[in-house]
Amino acid sequence: MKKWNMIIDIAKCHDCNNCFLACKDEHVSNPWPPYSEAQPWHGQRWMNIMRKERGQYPYVDVAYLPMPCMHCDDPSCIKESNAGAVIKRKDGIVIIDPEKAKGQEDLVNACPYGAIWWNSEKSVPQKCTFCAHLLDEGWKEPRCVQACPTGALKIIQTEDAEMNKIVKADDLKTYLPDLATNPRVYYANLNRYVRCFIAGNVVLQDKDECAENAKLTLKKDEKVIQATSANSYGDFKFDNLFQDSGEYVLEATYPGYNILTVTVALKASVSVNSLFLLPVNSD
Amino acid sequence: MEFTADDAASWNIKAHGKEFAPPRKTTISPYTLNYRSTVYSPKRILYPLKRVDFDPNGNRNCMKRGESRYERISWDTASEIVSNEIKRIKREQGAAGILFSRGSHHLWGNVGYHFSGLYRFMNMVGSTMYVQNPDSWEGWHWGGMHQWGFSWRLGLPEQYDLLEDALKHTEMIVFWASDPETTGGIYAAFESTSRRQWLKDLGVKMVFIDPFYNHTAGMFSDKWFAPRPGSENAMACAIAYVWITENRYDQQYIKTHALGFEKWKDYILGREDQVPKTPEWAELETQIPAREIRVLAREWSAKKTMLAAGGLGGWGGACRSATGNEWARLMISLQAMQGLGKPGINIWSTTQGAPCDTRVMFPGYAEGGISGDIDNTAAGVRLVSRLDYKPIRGKINNFITRLRIPEAILEGKSHWTGRSGGVGIEYQFQKCEYPAPGYPGPQMYYRYGNSYIGTMTETNRYIKAYRTDRLSFVVNQAIWHEGETHFADIILPACTNFERWDISEFSSCSGYIPDTYSQCNHRVISLQKKCIDPLGESKSDYDIFALLSKKLGLYDVYTEGGRSDFDWVKKMFEGSDLPKYISWEKFLNKGYYVVPIPEKYKATPALRWFAEGRKKDTPDWGPSTTDHNEGDKGGLQTTSGLIEFESSSLKRFKPEDEERPVIPKYIPSWEGHHTAELYTKYPLQLISPHPRFSFHTMGDGKDSWINDVKDHRVLKEDGFYYWIIRINTKDAMDRGIGNGDLVRVFNDRGEVILASQVTERVPPGTVHSYESCSDYNPVGKPGESADRCGCVNILTPSRFITKHSSGMAPNSCLVQIQKLDEDS
Repeated sequence: MKKWNMIIDIAKCHDCNNCFLACKDEHVSNPWPPYSEAQPWHGQRWMNIMRKERGQYPYVDVAYLPMPCMHCDDPSCIKESNAGAVIKRKDGIVIIDPEKAKGQEDLVNACPYGAIWWNSEKSVPQKCTFCAHLLDEGWKEPRCVQACPTGALKIIQTEDAEMNKIVKADDLKTYLPDLATNPRVYYANLNRYVRCFIAGNVVLQDKDECAENAKLTLKKDEKVIQATSANSYGDFKFDNLFQDSGEYVLEATYPGYNILTVTVALKASVSVNSLFLLPVNSD
Repeated sequence: MEFTADDAASWNIKAHGKEFAPPRKTTISPYTLNYRSTVYSPKRILYPLKRVDFDPNGNRNCMKRGESRYERISWDTASEIVSNEIKRIKREQGAAGILFSRGSHHLWGNVGYHFSGLYRFMNMVGSTMYVQNPDSWEGWHWGGMHQWGFSWRLGLPEQYDLLEDALKHTEMIVFWASDPETTGGIYAAFESTSRRQWLKDLGVKMVFIDPFYNHTAGMFSDKWFAPRPGSENAMACAIAYVWITENRYDQQYIKTHALGFEKWKDYILGREDQVPKTPEWAELETQIPAREIRVLAREWSAKKTMLAAGGLGGWGGACRSATGNEWARLMISLQAMQGLGKPGINIWSTTQGAPCDTRVMFPGYAEGGISGDIDNTAAGVRLVSRLDYKPIRGKINNFITRLRIPEAILEGKSHWTGRSGGVGIEYQFQKCEYPAPGYPGPQMYYRYGNSYIGTMTETNRYIKAYRTDRLSFVVNQAIWHEGETHFADIILPACTNFERWDISEFSSCSGYIPDTYSQCNHRVISLQKKCIDPLGESKSDYDIFALLSKKLGLYDVYTEGGRSDFDWVKKMFEGSDLPKYISWEKFLNKGYYVVPIPEKYKATPALRWFAEGRKKDTPDWGPSTTDHNEGDKGGLQTTSGLIEFESSSLKRFKPEDEERPVIPKYIPSWEGHHTAELYTKYPLQLISPHPRFSFHTMGDGKDSWINDVKDHRVLKEDGFYYWIIRINTKDAMDRGIGNGDLVRVFNDRGEVILASQVTERVPPGTVHSYESCSDYNPVGKPGESADRCGCVNILTPSRFITKHSSGMAPNSCLVQIQKLDEDS
């Protein structure tokens, strides 16, 4: 059985909100029985775009994580629902039945991703359906994917075995895997959102020059875990580090210059700014 | 829109052993996806309205504008009042007493656009026209034009075929005040996004210079520089200094293609003013380390580099500032030093210059649609001769620059230097006065479409101008209740594009931006189908003007014997080249046509002809025979035909002008870090670039869905959606401001209440808030109290960009910020 999967590339999302607005255009004031009740005019985010800004000026980057319903294979919402209000379709899509789910406000808290929203006027919990009403009519993709201008959003209908191959080949990840709900939404470059960096810049102090090709190593518990060299501006970045992961020792070397060592207690992404290297024979 | 096999094939560019073809669909902008929520917005005006205390035959209570409520009236009453006022003013003062003005782009199409139906009506009745300052061009218009001409493009360069050129040759792009992922060039959604992805994949290095870590930088940046606003020109001079002193520029090209370089070189080296423009000197101005400016300069000259100055090959927030003229000139100077026009080296913003067939004529909006106004639109270039209609020319030579409408009303007069509009370079030196000799001042104000309070400068002026009995009558023809609507005496409800017929081409302006459809990956000409009947009693603008014409006894003149908007759509189709390719019936049925690329498409890259000393071979609209002698090999529009470091036109006009000298210079901003007294009082520099989610107020406000976009507005506990200001963590901490807090942003010109976004995307000392808020909501007296909607242009200076030009400079703006005291 072919099933639906969504792949979201964090590196390609720049928060244009086309997905968010296409979803509104499709669902606000439009009930699609038996798939979904109409989305209210304001307040719900079936595609919820989260922002993560990393670092400090001028060593900064920004990532966005668009989060629809994860259409989990072990969805918490089904476990919490009564009277079969939430169903898992054979094609992987999770649907909240707008009739059977009436009054089940608890479902909003059942989703660990916060992807279920409460419609107080209609007294019904609601969420993204992958536009199943369109896919069932033969559409190749939901509205959000169609409207994405950068290729950040993709949807694939395939066998699970095939999908697992893609996940491995493209190094795709699920968001918050510890929740163990087995999402069908996968992320590429998720590290840009969930991990952090140590960035900075190396300068040859005596010449006031950018230390291009300065060698940098990052040690953790006295073991080198990453090595890089500075670019033409002397800038460097060690990425994919865990938040609150303790002490790191950063070492900057350049031929003819004294080694400079900096200790960083890493909480969130941090810039060590400019490291000024002194020539070996200077006082 | 997804293309089918029936639609014309896409182009295909071969470079570096790869093939590049665009997606077989059009992209769409966020505000377009949002449009349904604005069509059915609770802020729609559904009936004609009259201010309750306005009595055309008695007390008009003009001072109450902006405070009084409205009552519903019939179309018959509304059109009777408006037409009677028109007749009264014409009888008492002459038609020039009717001043009209419109916002930019709340609608689209050849029939319903303002150059079309509105101009036809105003020219027919007679009126004083507002003159639009080139609000997105400014520095290029008032500065750049004196260095390379291009007056027909308001100072912007041609961009033909530069995509292929870049894919084949370019090694680095410097995006300077350029954020195409936000602005989409203009009207072009995300058509160019895939091009930047291709260039990135080819390994083209991308450097960003912008006080804000913008959204294109967020996706593509290899290096980001954030010079202090107003200091970018010092950085440009220092780059030139490195090139000159290290011999890293194209000396042969300068010899044959430039005028007055030696004089400018003396200025850069400090021979003129004893200040060498070294990177160390620039570091003090910009706060960018000198060593990094050096590396940038060296990379720039070592690699084939495109300069994306602004978002459209030109434009950019830096051009809308006190230093904007000189910035545009310095951008041209830098690329001239690297051989502007040679393969891979140009001024190109990645947005225009896709392959396209420019020979297929379809009118853009700037060709005036049904007006035939050959004086104020590009109707005369080709459309008038192709369309079977009776054009109506304006017969009143009285006009006011849009930036001085408040003074025209409050003081009854104004004077300034400069007409824009693109006819010739020296038009911008003209002395203008309002009213012109013999004409009356404003009596009636006919306001059409959206609001200036969020888009012009020092905009409390515009509010005060309404609240005076110097204007005896104000009518506002609008779709929505927006910022300015509630200052009218009569409100006429117009409908949206979806409730009437029109016809147009994706992203095609024509006129002052010829062939802008090269922003798009495919030329798509569309029937804009009427989808629903006008809501409530709203009418299309065309039908409103037709109704008023009837009251004025001019119905047959305006409608040419009763034509409907649909009839005009068919006329536009017939006047274009479309009938050669597709029948009217098929077009009606299909709804669009994709213009094919010729099989043997021959690229003519912009300015290659100039670099190679050939006759111009691009499809550009100028220079004209006025600019060149028969038999000349061509050249630019400048007097010499060369890139003029020493400008002939400025030399003839005012060589002593220190704000716009004969050679381009770094001149500290008249509102910036050197204006010590003001800077002490207001130590934060506010930049307010063109926005991401509100296109000339389209999309924003109106209770639309776009207000829910997290990076557009913030919903606070009071149920109000506040506009965002971005402030550096340090500046926020110094002021006790947390993320999402409401803040007062103020200076001597006014105050706006905004929601803070604490960020590292701006350096300390710079704050960022987009312009183009659509609504206005004063906490007290209109025009004299804080606005909480987000009209940051209340804070920006009304001072002209330079004394002898009349552009706006909103990005030269000093403010202070405090956390809003919730108790006050």
